[in-house]
Amino acid sequence: MIDEKFDAIVVGAGMAGNAAAYTMAKRGLKVLQLERGEYSGSKNVQGAILYADMMEKIIPDFREDAPLERHLIEQRFWMMTDNSHTGLQYRSDEFNEESPNRYTIIRAQFDKWFSSKVREAGALVVCETTVTELVQDAYGKVIGVKTDRGGGQIHADVVVLAEGVTGLLGTRAGLRKIPKPTEVALAVKEMHFLPQEVIEQRFNLKGNEGVVIEAAGTISKGMTGMGFIYTNRECISVGLGCLVSDFQSTGVSPYQLLEKFKSHPSVAPLLEGSEVKEYAAHLIPEGGYKAIPQLYGDGWVVVGDAAQLNNAIHREGSNLAMTSGRIAAEAVFQVKSRKDPMTAQNLSLYKKMLDDSFIMKDLKKYKDMPKLLHIQSQNFFLTYPQLVNKAMENYLRVDGTPKKEKQKLTMKSFVSARSWAGLFGDAFRLARAWR
Amino acid sequence: MATTETAVRVEDKLFQNRYLVDAGRAHIKVRPHTTPSPALKALLTTCPAKCYEMNDKGQVEITADGCVECGTCRIIGEPSGDIEWNYPRGGYGVLFKFG
Repeated sequence: MIDEKFDAIVVGAGMAGNAAAYTMAKRGLKVLQLERGEYSGSKNVQGAILYADMMEKIIPDFREDAPLERHLIEQRFWMMTDNSHTGLQYRSDEFNEESPNRYTIIRAQFDKWFSSKVREAGALVVCETTVTELVQDAYGKVIGVKTDRGGGQIHADVVVLAEGVTGLLGTRAGLRKIPKPTEVALAVKEMHFLPQEVIEQRFNLKGNEGVVIEAAGTISKGMTGMGFIYTNRECISVGLGCLVSDFQSTGVSPYQLLEKFKSHPSVAPLLEGSEVKEYAAHLIPEGGYKAIPQLYGDGWVVVGDAAQLNNAIHREGSNLAMTSGRIAAEAVFQVKSRKDPMTAQNLSLYKKMLDDSFIMKDLKKYKDMPKLLHIQSQNFFLTYPQLVNKAMENYLRVDGTPKKEKQKLTMKSFVSARSWAGLFGDAFRLARAWR
Repeated sequence: MATTETAVRVEDKLFQNRYLVDAGRAHIKVRPHTTPSPALKALLTTCPAKCYEMNDKGQVEITADGCVECGTCRIIGEPSGDIEWNYPRGGYGVLFKFG
């Protein structure tokens, strides 16, 4: 039993929890971090891309010993039909810089490293321990936690809920609602191992250079979703995610969809001969700005995926997680240094600081996107990819048809599929949600 | 060339994973029922580890040994009370090597 009192208890050791625990411990607070996995990372799933700028704000010299896979020099966006894709690709030697901006990582390894830094900073990290309950006083103030290790209550001035997208504690205690099926995507992912040289040849890379492919279109069968292919050093992460509500209503199985994506003629040659060593699934918060719950209260704050802090449009999540963890930690530290109590009013500083950061500004910018993509999923994920790919085929196939006629045919295909009003409406709605 | 729907056995995928099964303490339970609700039926296809299956009486059952702890069934089935969802005890469940 742990019978001492802590300044802060952090529940969870993912990106948000580790960032929070590290930042508070570094500032001299007495921190207990509880993680249900065998070690930090063993329950964590991500694509995964690490955004260096946000990591530097927590551990400036992380590149010295963090396990990083490849720095990204190229991004490909694919708009797919069942047998083709139209791509947009950006590659730059500028990304081969001294301190690269984005890396692929393997979460189980990265998080284990991050956790070692949390320990070095002085936090007490206890793994293989599931927090079962938040302890609240008669006034509803959170004063500690109970775990499945027995030993009663562990007390702290503040509990940082970094419990992930499916976090039980906050929802059970009524601090926030369980996400709706329309607010979360289910992603499935496999790790495909290949010799390093093979990956480098297939993706046109040298050294530690890496590529990201993001794909949308008929691969999601009209559901709101996306596929992805990330190059690691000796393996490729391949996955696909769609809204839970879409899986629920269509009856499509996530693993069948992943198989289909893997067997697509644009994808299969990249994976040929690989050995699959893991199959994982994870939920991704997709509700955006409008799904963000109450972020603080008497004796608690919530950070990362548990707080729905994820930018679905830019596929950014871990950077919002680690930044919200860091900001929450700084807010707690400020309240603590003033010797003020951890009341909702004092902890509202966290929300204020978050509002001033890129997190809330970005999420606010795209506040209408989730709804648009969800309601119009058939158009954006089936109709348009098919029209665009057909137009490309038409443009490239030389068959003696006069070019003017070809253009007319393409134009006609768009209008008959969506009508003029539909086309302008879609463009207008997309522009408005994007601005 | 059109791609064909490949039949895939999710069991083969799960075989690659590491688990520490907490024998006799399933972390997810299905509420006893005679006919399954639409939510329960949806879990038959939506669960990425195919933990939910229909028994010969037409009821939905769960075997959570291969669960990857994504929480999808909780999102779908907990609000209606169709399932009771908890994390496995600390240290048990799926142990991701890569994640």
